[in-house]
Amino acid sequence: MNAVTLAGLAGAALIGMGLFGLVTHSHILRKIVAFNVIGSGVFLLFGAVARRGAASGLNADPVPQALVITGIVVAFSATALAVALLLRYFKEVGSPFLADDPGAGASQPDHERP
Amino acid sequence: MTLSFGFDLSLAVLTLAVAGYAIGARESFASVVAFISYGVLLALVWVRLSAVDVALTEAAIGSGVTGALLIGAAAKVGEGAVDAPRSVRGAGRLLTALFCIATTLGIATAFLSLPEKAPTLAPLAAEHLPSTGLGNPVTAVLLSYRAIDTLLESVVLVFAVVGVWTFASDRDWGGRPESPGKDRPEQPLTFLGQILPPLGILVGVHLVWTGATEPGGAFQGGTVLAAAWILVMAAGLRKPPSIEGAWLRFALIGGPALFLGVGVAGFALAKAFLAYPEGHSKAFILVIEAALTFSIAIALGLLALGAPGRKGHP
Amino acid sequence: MIASTLSQLSMRAEDALLPVAIALPVGAMLLALCLGGRWTERIAVAFMPIGVSIAGAVAYVVWRDQRPLVYFIGGWAPPLGVAIRADGVAAAMLLTSALIASAAGLFACDVFRVKPGEKENRAHLGFWTLLLAIWAALNCVFVGWDLFSIYVGLEMLTFAAVPLVCLKGQKETFVAAMRYLLFALLGSVLYLLGATLVYAAYGSLDIGILAQKIQPEAAAWIALGAMTAGLLAKTALFPLHIWLPPAHAGAAPPASAILSALVVKGSFFVVVRLWLTLAPVQMSEAPAELLAILGSVAIFAGSVLALRQERLKLMIAYSTVAQIGYLFLMFPLAIGQHPWASAAWSGGALQAISHAFAKAAMFLSAGLIVDVVGHDRLSGLRGLGRLAPQPVLIFALAGMSLMGLPPSGGFNAKWLLMSASVQSGHWALALVMAVGGLLTAAYLYRVIAPALAPAENAPAESASTPTPKASSRGAALSLALALAAILLGFAPPELASLLAVGAPAATIERIE
Repeated sequence: MNAVTLAGLAGAALIGMGLFGLVTHSHILRKIVAFNVIGSGVFLLFGAVARRGAASGLNADPVPQALVITGIVVAFSATALAVALLLRYFKEVGSPFLADDPGAGASQPDHERP
Repeated sequence: MTLSFGFDLSLAVLTLAVAGYAIGARESFASVVAFISYGVLLALVWVRLSAVDVALTEAAIGSGVTGALLIGAAAKVGEGAVDAPRSVRGAGRLLTALFCIATTLGIATAFLSLPEKAPTLAPLAAEHLPSTGLGNPVTAVLLSYRAIDTLLESVVLVFAVVGVWTFASDRDWGGRPESPGKDRPEQPLTFLGQILPPLGILVGVHLVWTGATEPGGAFQGGTVLAAAWILVMAAGLRKPPSIEGAWLRFALIGGPALFLGVGVAGFALAKAFLAYPEGHSKAFILVIEAALTFSIAIALGLLALGAPGRKGHP
Repeated sequence: MIASTLSQLSMRAEDALLPVAIALPVGAMLLALCLGGRWTERIAVAFMPIGVSIAGAVAYVVWRDQRPLVYFIGGWAPPLGVAIRADGVAAAMLLTSALIASAAGLFACDVFRVKPGEKENRAHLGFWTLLLAIWAALNCVFVGWDLFSIYVGLEMLTFAAVPLVCLKGQKETFVAAMRYLLFALLGSVLYLLGATLVYAAYGSLDIGILAQKIQPEAAAWIALGAMTAGLLAKTALFPLHIWLPPAHAGAAPPASAILSALVVKGSFFVVVRLWLTLAPVQMSEAPAELLAILGSVAIFAGSVLALRQERLKLMIAYSTVAQIGYLFLMFPLAIGQHPWASAAWSGGALQAISHAFAKAAMFLSAGLIVDVVGHDRLSGLRGLGRLAPQPVLIFALAGMSLMGLPPSGGFNAKWLLMSASVQSGHWALALVMAVGGLLTAAYLYRVIAPALAPAENAPAESASTPTPKASSRGAALSLALALAAILLGFAPPELASLLAVGAPAATIERIE
């Protein structure tokens, strides 16, 4: 066991923990936090993979390293999108919880065109 | 067990424990605070993996800006009413737990079953590095070998900004997002807002400039610049911009548009989309990185600010 | 090791159509956002003929040369660089999405407008930029030949599709969008996990290279499992469908049309790539059966739920849940080098294409119906055929294709799939398709029968004159889409020969 294997296993553990949080919490902000934990677990796993690929005088495989950097930025924009939607949801619904009945959201008012 | 492995093991255990608290905490505010600490620890893990670039991005974005965003949201939405639908309980919770443990074990098994001699693109990346004129293989991957992904990721940020804006109310369209700070920021924050941004800009520019040869680059530099911009607004030194501003729109799309333009010019100048003229790669890449850094900083800042509100506010 | 420098390239001029198909909609979207106001609509409308022409040119060249187009971005060959590729099915999907995005976009000219004296508004800017964004994203996914580039394309698709759900700004649409976003984000991160493990095990993200290397071993199983689970959440295959009906039914009609006809096909297409192109046959046999079982359950559950809806648009959305099920029936039929595999491949592709046209027409005609009667309650549609004959006719034509009645694209698709299932001994799947067709007829009957019946309280003759709101352009566009779904039933053999280009049974030879 070395530091790289440790990072990979930690990544696997983080993914499982995040998945648990995402499924069991109904508070949307908690789901967003859990989603970020899963994401960072995947990135950590990818980082361990990069480090395993050290060769040719490079201390890591640059391809996964590069993908992780862009991945973190995209995960942030997903978080920002989710938080902005949550704030509007909270304004409309008055609660930070995800409603139980998905069908309830669909009883539309009838007129669609202005 | 060596000393350094002992350190890594303690760091990993601590990181997992804090992540566990972020998932399991009773209150969402505590969960968010734990998540921010978790980001800092994770940045340390990345340093231990010799990925300074990633550590920097993780510290600035994963912990810093995401943390600010989540704290702000937690303050606004609160914990919710007691009689609200609570989280999954009982047998469902146990089953979910078992499923998640199985998932972790599956991923761990897959990871441990990987071939002893890891397949890697490092030799190929190193071999072609001279033809890009760059010294940093990560930058070569981002701006040359896999430039299409970087281009489209920067476009994803623009999509996300449009998405965040469309979550505004109709009547707030054209307004400014709410300032990230209080109306009357405290003295120390104003002080920080004056001191840190010039430093942030220096660091950001430095990251882009050295990114050609050493760790750094557009995404890393952009995150630092964005953090500096947000701090300036939080300190009340600058107002958030109006989303209808022509210059803001231009700044937002300028980097990706230039990148795309150079890519299309590659058909004529270099015989392939997103290829650079032979011998001039580095110059083109530096120009693209500069524009991209600026636009990424604008996009990240706008994402952190959120949907516009308060139209007509001076 | 394959690694080429610029001088070693031998790409043809036609191959450059592929990067153009990505670059142009991306550029149009950036320009539209930058100029803002009325310009967003003008740029999007101006882009439509260009986008359709590019997609048409790709399809023509693939058909003419009977080989896929391949392009190495920046001149870097995989595994270091990124390849994009269009085989027959990808080209057909490019053309389908170009046509439907254009028709739904033109329909939306009457829906999303800048009012006189207004600079721009939320729904207008949102719709036109997001339409171009979805177009760009779909093109990226369909020509994607690299697992990470496909991930980026799927992220683009998610980020553009979710805001499209709530442009109308009603409370319910934000609830639906929130649920959709959470499912889609989980799907993204699971997909990325799988791509990570694939890279870890095989050192490449290129589908062509991986198809030669991948083995039934732990890392590959976990990787493909995670990617598939993520993609199924995005495709809304039963039991991961609960986000779809409120999201698709709640959006404005042109947005519903794009979401239901095209967006779910993006992630479905990647599932096809994974199990029919990437994974070796000995690995995909059991998962293919499982996908078909899930598809069968989706057909029954979606149809039964559609039967129970009281709202027209919700019924159409549940019909999408059921029709997605049909798409997954192709998996066990299309694997391997069997004589029936190519029929199943074409049948699956044709089902995706004809469902796209029929469902877009159906959502748009539902929009026209709502315009005329002012609501979408099924109980209030009696006598509609006299009040608004055009939308009812369009709805019925689209319904023919969904039911699989001849002549229609839906009939041809189901015929191909059914004969493949009979030949391969998958009798259960043939039975599922037959019963599914009956259920489809049952839920569509609930709309068409009362609409054609005489009205109970016959409205005064003056009320039955066409209301000024019923747009003749909207009717023409949705009629064109419905007719396209029907005309696919008369598709010339050229379509079959296009779809066969790059079909796994025909070309991919694996190293055992």
